[in-house]
Amino acid sequence: MRIAGKGLIDRSKPVRFVFDGVGYDGFAGDTLASALLANDVRLVGRSFKYHRPRGVLTSGSEEPNALVTVGNGAAAEPNVRATVQEIYTGLEAKSQNRWPSLSMDLMAANDLAAPFLGAGFYYKTFMWPSQFWEKLYEPIIRRAAGLGALSGESNPDKYERAYAFCDLLVIGAGPAGVMAALVAARAGADVILVDEDSRMGGRLLAENCEIDGVPGVIWVDRVLSELSAMDNVRLMSRTTVTGAYDGGTFAALERVGHHRAARHAGLPLETFWRIVAKRSVLAAGALERPVAFRNNDRPGIMTAGAVRAYLNRWGVVPGQKVAVFGNNDDAHRTARDLLAAGVHVAGLIDSRHNAPDATGFPVYKGAMVSDTTGRRGLESITIRSVSGEDKLATDCLAISGGWNPTVHLTCHLNSRPVWCDDILAFVPSPSGVPGMGVAGACSGAFSTDRCLREGAAAAVAALEALGKSAPKTQIPDAEDAPYAIAPLWAVPGRGRAWLDFQNDVCVKDVKQAAVENFRSVEHMKRYTTQGMATDQGKNSNVAALAILADVTGRAIPDTGTTTFRPPFSPVAIAAMGAGAQGKGFAPERFTTSHAASVERKAPMIEAGLWYRPSYFPVPGETTWRQSCDREVDMVRHTVGVCDVSTLGKIDIQGPDAAEFLDFVYTNTFSTLKIGRARYGLMLREDGHVMDDGTTARLGAHHFLMTTTTAAAGQVMRHLDFVHQGLRPDLDVAMVSVTEQWAQFAIAGPKSRELLNGLFDADLTDAEWPFMACGPVQVMGVRGRLFRISFSGEHAYELAVPSRYGDSLFRTLLARADTLGGGAYGMEALNVMRIEKGFITHAEIHGRVTAFDIGMERMVSSKKDCIGKTMSERDGLSGADREQLIGLNPVGAVKQLTAGAHLFNADDDPVRVNDQGYVTSVAYSPTMGHMLALGFLKNGRARHGQKVRMVDHLRDLDALCEVVNPVFFDPDGERARG
Amino acid sequence: MRITCPFCGERDRREFYYQGAAVALERPVADAGEEAWDAYVHLRDNPAGVTKDLWYHESGCSSWIVVTRNTVTHEILDCTLACDTKSEVSI
Amino acid sequence: MAELIARPPCQGLLPLEIGTTTLSETDAGVLTSIMPFKGQEAALSEALIAAHGMAMPAANRTTGRAGIRAIWFGRGQVLLIGPSPHEALAWYAALTDQSDAWAVVRLEGAGAVDVLARLLPIDLRATQFKRGHTARTELMHMMASITRVGDQAFQIMVFRSMATTLVHDLKTAMEGVAARR
Ligand SMILES: [Zn+2]
Repeated sequence: MRIAGKGLIDRSKPVRFVFDGVGYDGFAGDTLASALLANDVRLVGRSFKYHRPRGVLTSGSEEPNALVTVGNGAAAEPNVRATVQEIYTGLEAKSQNRWPSLSMDLMAANDLAAPFLGAGFYYKTFMWPSQFWEKLYEPIIRRAAGLGALSGESNPDKYERAYAFCDLLVIGAGPAGVMAALVAARAGADVILVDEDSRMGGRLLAENCEIDGVPGVIWVDRVLSELSAMDNVRLMSRTTVTGAYDGGTFAALERVGHHRAARHAGLPLETFWRIVAKRSVLAAGALERPVAFRNNDRPGIMTAGAVRAYLNRWGVVPGQKVAVFGNNDDAHRTARDLLAAGVHVAGLIDSRHNAPDATGFPVYKGAMVSDTTGRRGLESITIRSVSGEDKLATDCLAISGGWNPTVHLTCHLNSRPVWCDDILAFVPSPSGVPGMGVAGACSGAFSTDRCLREGAAAAVAALEALGKSAPKTQIPDAEDAPYAIAPLWAVPGRGRAWLDFQNDVCVKDVKQAAVENFRSVEHMKRYTTQGMATDQGKNSNVAALAILADVTGRAIPDTGTTTFRPPFSPVAIAAMGAGAQGKGFAPERFTTSHAASVERKAPMIEAGLWYRPSYFPVPGETTWRQSCDREVDMVRHTVGVCDVSTLGKIDIQGPDAAEFLDFVYTNTFSTLKIGRARYGLMLREDGHVMDDGTTARLGAHHFLMTTTTAAAGQVMRHLDFVHQGLRPDLDVAMVSVTEQWAQFAIAGPKSRELLNGLFDADLTDAEWPFMACGPVQVMGVRGRLFRISFSGEHAYELAVPSRYGDSLFRTLLARADTLGGGAYGMEALNVMRIEKGFITHAEIHGRVTAFDIGMERMVSSKKDCIGKTMSERDGLSGADREQLIGLNPVGAVKQLTAGAHLFNADDDPVRVNDQGYVTSVAYSPTMGHMLALGFLKNGRARHGQKVRMVDHLRDLDALCEVVNPVFFDPDGERARG
Repeated sequence: MRITCPFCGERDRREFYYQGAAVALERPVADAGEEAWDAYVHLRDNPAGVTKDLWYHESGCSSWIVVTRNTVTHEILDCTLACDTKSEVSI
Repeated sequence: MAELIARPPCQGLLPLEIGTTTLSETDAGVLTSIMPFKGQEAALSEALIAAHGMAMPAANRTTGRAGIRAIWFGRGQVLLIGPSPHEALAWYAALTDQSDAWAVVRLEGAGAVDVLARLLPIDLRATQFKRGHTARTELMHMMASITRVGDQAFQIMVFRSMATTLVHDLKTAMEGVAARR
């Protein structure tokens, strides 16, 4: 019911929205909860386990009951708190966890079975038989108990991430936070003021109070307008700080799109902020806790502070005859505000015998509410006092069990809050988060005056730490009402008294946990599931702890407290992963030949972040194997062109460049002649192979190293480490030039013929022998030519500055076409390197040594190098090692697979008989059958022997002959000739 | 977590590559013996308290940095360039 | 003989104008990595002044002006942007041509800082990152170089092969910022 003339809603802006298919009217400034209450909608959801009817309990993000699904189809968002969701024209919301409808929920039968569904029910009932769990129990439980469901479709909403930096982060824009921001901003600090509400002001928006003689709302709006005009202040509303992390880093979730009717396509739904602050002030306020009593979960029963907020901020009263029940002075405020607004207050029940008096409504001192009635909403309450039990008709009960400071963020770095007997609640530990001060209700200061003072003081402390002087600040006049409270956690009596509304945990469940010896609060929590719902126990933790303390005969501080971890309120995974959807997942690296390759219909495959052509199909080819076989044949007989730009290229210069290379490579580079390239092997310090590649000497003090595509980043990091960390004495400079050069392999008997004509002079063996390198002029452009081969053929690699890569690739292809050649892709490249027994990271996978790959002689005895000492350890060489071998299929089964294991021909193919494994396989059109590379115990001594290759996954068993891993042209005559 | 690169200033952890204990800077001479090499390559302390480890400012300036930090409090006590920790080179 | 045709890194991707920001490709001229040899820093700076009229920049800073600029590019490295390096510089430093290694773009306009705040984990506040300041950092997992070249203008560099991703990421951020207005 809406009260005329009250509230901060904009009555000139009506808003029409839909809940469960019914249209309702509200106003701009309404939340879904306030608008539904204004329309007398009390039943908004069903509870998690028992499917009990539930209504709105709170007015903030801690809401456990009023969770709804907003939107339709793929964009539907479940578990939105109606107390946070602002209404807009066209908003469509649906209740959750009910079937077939909210008012007639068949699952409510769970409530009748409640005697059997208490704490530990699942653990005890579904222990065995275990195979029933997956097939029977879990599906039934999942259907019966749950929150809203995801659409099952890909999320179309955009999420965003962003970074912000400031001197002072103020969390919460109530009186304390606003005051802190004002003092710090006036002193010139860079301030970010964050508040999770759509409108800043905190409880000043919800209370009937004055500051400096004007209503609190007016005062706070004045301060906010001063702040918003300052360049050094950033105001972030609708933003929840969800976590505190090391180094002054905070996570914050901003709701950007949720409240907008028409959303521009580029607008994110949410922005996940990482805010880095030199200092912070936590002014997050406090959360009111209910009192547990029998049937305290009916729609119409709300916290007293929420009733006040709905009245003062939204002009809404959630009932005709309101009763108030509490154990503290603050509850009286609700009754007074209601009375002043002309609402009928049926009575105030205060558990304290010394409760203050009041006029205008009856006060039941020393009394408690012991039960309620009303099937889908509250109809009456039972009041128990020394004089017996009374029934009171009421449709709204406002309850206050006291206020819990919102200490959560102070605990995120592992500190525990401290119990305070004055307010019967936990307050932050002073050592919570480095650089963080706490102010206002979240430190236990509940009057407006104390909030303002603490806010100002926290700002002054932060300014001092920042080295800024704080100007003298006048504290505005405000109420300083005392807050007296007496303990009351649960009203004694039979029946179910709810503690955790969201997970349906009652007082007796906590007691049962203690009886079964789950006496630690962490055990009780897990046994009962108390505090494990999306509200993370904000409404129930302290009461549950108090009851556990009581039944175990301990004081509350001795019983402990649960650990608060991020996030403070739920954060969608999509928000945390913002920017990583679709193409944002990882950068894409495209070679300069990408467009031309795609034009030739080459399927592109990922190689790390790079995209490389798999093969280049020609008309008539329907499988990759046809294309691959043709490309291998083409390179072996005419000429092929392949983009090899993705290999890492590192420019190494300086007087000590050669000495540096001698230290990182096992073999010697100081002896390499200018204009020549050499194959090099690099070890890790533990003696295993790290990477390989050719390095060319371009000048006396100038080398160009190539790395494999896969290890380019790792090698650069390693070289920097060796230089900076081990040999800073060496005068050497290194920089990646991978991206500067587009480099193409031109391989095959006609490679020289293809290239001749591109340069000023024709290539000759005398000037360009195998492993020669040097500068060339390519069609007027300065390039580099290397006579190196990864195919085993007479081959070159030609590099030009990347801007010419596309043009050169097209030119090379055009020339290849005229010679009967063409482009070849990764598949053919791989087949040819296997035919030649050249290794890649399939072989040098991190557990092989130079000995294993037959390169132990490349570890020079004349010098030290990275990995040398450890490579000489016992066990890293010798007959026991698995050594690189080739395999030819010689039995009936001709198929070989990578990953298969090797066994002696007569042995059972079981683990204890394992002799090695296969690393790479290919069908070789050159040899006419499949080939494999692999590692076999003492393999080099076993050439000519037969072994079994068994692939247990693919059910293959092939007899193979062990051979030299260089299948084709073992003497290398083709590449040299 | 934020690390102060001696060149770039205070930066988010995501810009750095984590390597491990700064023991890696104290490479023994080739003939130092098995124990010295075993300790250098394999043996690492796991202190509850102050530790020194190596971070590489990979998406920043490419510096290797020795970070002294407390594994219990997460406090970062010092950030030094790896090359500056080598006052004398024993080669 | 036919000539090889040059293709800029962002060909077909730019320019873009979204909301109050524009994104365009910069033809930066010659890019040269300059890495001084041991003990040659001072001599190199002198040579740079003599040859190109600007000193070596300190860490996180630039020297020079539009069209001819030296930007700090990491540990022991400066990137000379614009002119071909004078050959005398090679006495004091390793010079490496990087003209084709980087995609260079310019983001300009009222929301430029807001756009970059969505992509870069560094502090870009005008009081902290002033005109002439530069940083090596990451832009959505890409190694990047960022320089403030005007009150509302930034030069952004990533490896050439990632130009498509750079434009995609900047465009997404520009749209997000524009849609809030
Ligand atoms: Zn750095």
